[in-house]
Amino acid sequence: MYELRKVTKTFRKDRGTVTALRDVDLEIDEGDFLVIQGPTGQGKSTLLQLLGALDRPTSGEVRFEGNDLGVMRESQLTGLRARSFGFVFQGFNLISTLSAQENVETALAPLRVSTPERRERAIHALADVGLAERARHLPSELSGGEQQRVAIARALVREPRVILADEPTGNLDERTRDEIFELLEGLWARRGQTVVVVTHDSKLARRSPRTAWIHDGALTMFEGRNRSPANASDGTAPQIPPAPTREEVAIMPDE
Amino acid sequence: MFFTYLRRELRRRRKQAIVVALGLGLGIGLVVTMSAMANGVRDAQGSVLRSLYGVATDVTITTEAEQGEGGEARFGLNPGDEGQQGEEFTRDRLLAQPGLGTMSDDDVETVSEISGVDSVSGGLALTSIRLEGTFAEPPETFDPEEAPTVAPVDISTFSIAGVDVTSADVGPVTSSQIVDGRFFADDETDADVAIIDANYAEQEDLDIGSTIEIGGTDFEVIGISEAPAGGDAVNVAIPIDRARDLANLDHDAVNRIYVKATSSSEISAAKAAIQDALPDATVTTADDLAAQVTGSLSAASNLAGDLGRWLSVVALVAAFVVASLLTMSAVGRRVREFGTLKALGWRSRRVVGQVMGESLAIGLIGGLIGIGLGLTGSWLVEAFFPSLEATSGLTGGAFAGPDGPGGLTDALSNTVSVPLHAGVSPTLAALAIGLAVLGGLVAGSFGGWRAARLQPAEALRRVE
Repeated sequence: MYELRKVTKTFRKDRGTVTALRDVDLEIDEGDFLVIQGPTGQGKSTLLQLLGALDRPTSGEVRFEGNDLGVMRESQLTGLRARSFGFVFQGFNLISTLSAQENVETALAPLRVSTPERRERAIHALADVGLAERARHLPSELSGGEQQRVAIARALVREPRVILADEPTGNLDERTRDEIFELLEGLWARRGQTVVVVTHDSKLARRSPRTAWIHDGALTMFEGRNRSPANASDGTAPQIPPAPTREEVAIMPDE
Repeated sequence: MFFTYLRRELRRRRKQAIVVALGLGLGIGLVVTMSAMANGVRDAQGSVLRSLYGVATDVTITTEAEQGEGGEARFGLNPGDEGQQGEEFTRDRLLAQPGLGTMSDDDVETVSEISGVDSVSGGLALTSIRLEGTFAEPPETFDPEEAPTVAPVDISTFSIAGVDVTSADVGPVTSSQIVDGRFFADDETDADVAIIDANYAEQEDLDIGSTIEIGGTDFEVIGISEAPAGGDAVNVAIPIDRARDLANLDHDAVNRIYVKATSSSEISAAKAAIQDALPDATVTTADDLAAQVTGSLSAASNLAGDLGRWLSVVALVAAFVVASLLTMSAVGRRVREFGTLKALGWRSRRVVGQVMGESLAIGLIGGLIGIGLGLTGSWLVEAFFPSLEATSGLTGGAFAGPDGPGGLTDALSNTVSVPLHAGVSPTLAALAIGLAVLGGLVAGSFGGWRAARLQPAEALRRVE
């Protein structure tokens, strides 16, 4: 699905240049659950934005289903974002004036879905995340965990190929954090969508079948059940214990 | 989605929306009020010009009076004999309107042959001065200490127009002004018939069939005319030949020539041609007259025209600038929101449309406020603005005669009082809405431009 080759991303800052990603190679298959882990400010979110066609690499290629996102026109990228990607943000990014249901509907607005269908799908998506009863509530009337569930419903409502979650549990307490992560895992297990989660939380990373470690813009992959660094070169990547498979996650009891 | 989002956003930014809408409303209200006032002044000016000038007249031709022209305004107040002492007397004197020189029918003929001239009529503008009183009686006993007595004398004046009875559509009084009775018949060139201005008829209690004494002759009232709105029209119109007789003028004398042009575009060319043909004459068009009108009407016209226009422009520009800055600032506070929408696949056009829609809605609210303020403003102008007065610089002035009685000049000057009607017309309301839409679009386009330039990744990185 995704193929990243020698991806480098630099930003101008003040009078200098900051390298957020350097020579990143990465492949993500359809149906993968990948957690990208690493300390704050090391390039995790930048990588997620490149995967979500929100930004273009300075050099290298980001291919999504064979198409180089770096050379596509802005209008094509916009269409791709509307059809193929679902975003979940750390700060939820809900529109404060719209109800939970209306927030979910904003994701369907670019798809020219009829109003009745839009409403029905939004309510259905909210039901999927356990918030059917809270559809008419404003974000300010919901807890942090509920707001993130609305954001996840918004990401899911158009049934995208990929869910891209940027620190989805970053603003939540420990209990809610687990709930949200389990929700993502459950959705992944049930729907089979590709999920990429960026987090600095090692506990969450340990639960993922695939984990990537970013440090200073360089990416190291941990593949398979034994989580041995796939391409660690400098020994900075930690050893990560075994993680459950998709099948194991699917049969886990709800807590 | 669009309207729900728009409505909720405006509710969230209620205070800012109110400030912007009020600002726009204030600017638009000022424009509406000033425009209503300007329209009112223009209407008033039109009324004044019609009354000072004559209905359907495009060009008026006059000449300046020469020294001694106009005749003496001398009245003999001595009784004819002792037997008349203590008896009542009246003295009538008809004078050509002060300041106007005499022309002739030949001049009328000359003008009628000029290209661009549709119809011409010669007229005589006269003033009747009547003195009424009682001959003084000598005291029964002569006392050198007692001051001599002078008989009390009442002076009344009214204006008379000598009308070419064969010209019903152009002249000092035209057939279209008749509200009762009839206009002169073509064969009444020498008849003792008169058309009275409606106000004067009411004042003097005259009606169709009444008689009015002019210069010692009784004239039958055959028609009542109405001056254009608020106008100070000619009090009495009589056939021009009778006017010439009464004023002891030659039988071809005229002191005003009224010209109707074939079309409004021909007026200036006709004016130039007339000026060439009659080099000593003063050729005046309605525009010239408008420039010479003085008084509060002129001041109001200047106020509405110049100060009002600039005030409105400044207020409107200020409102637009404030609205634009506040809209841009609002977009600045919603960077992350718009970044999220773009991440969700919203095209820039849709985001810009949302910003523009919000701005337009505020503009329309401002427009409605503006119409409300404009209506209030124009009502205040009508309620508290005094009636406008205009004095024509062409016809006012002192008597031309060397013995002209002092103190009558004011009574004879052409001062017209017109109430100001500053109504808000549908056109003005449409202008207000148009300005509101423009204000909304201007403010929205600044905000929209900023929103369109947002890169989603950059917007999402923004810490708020």
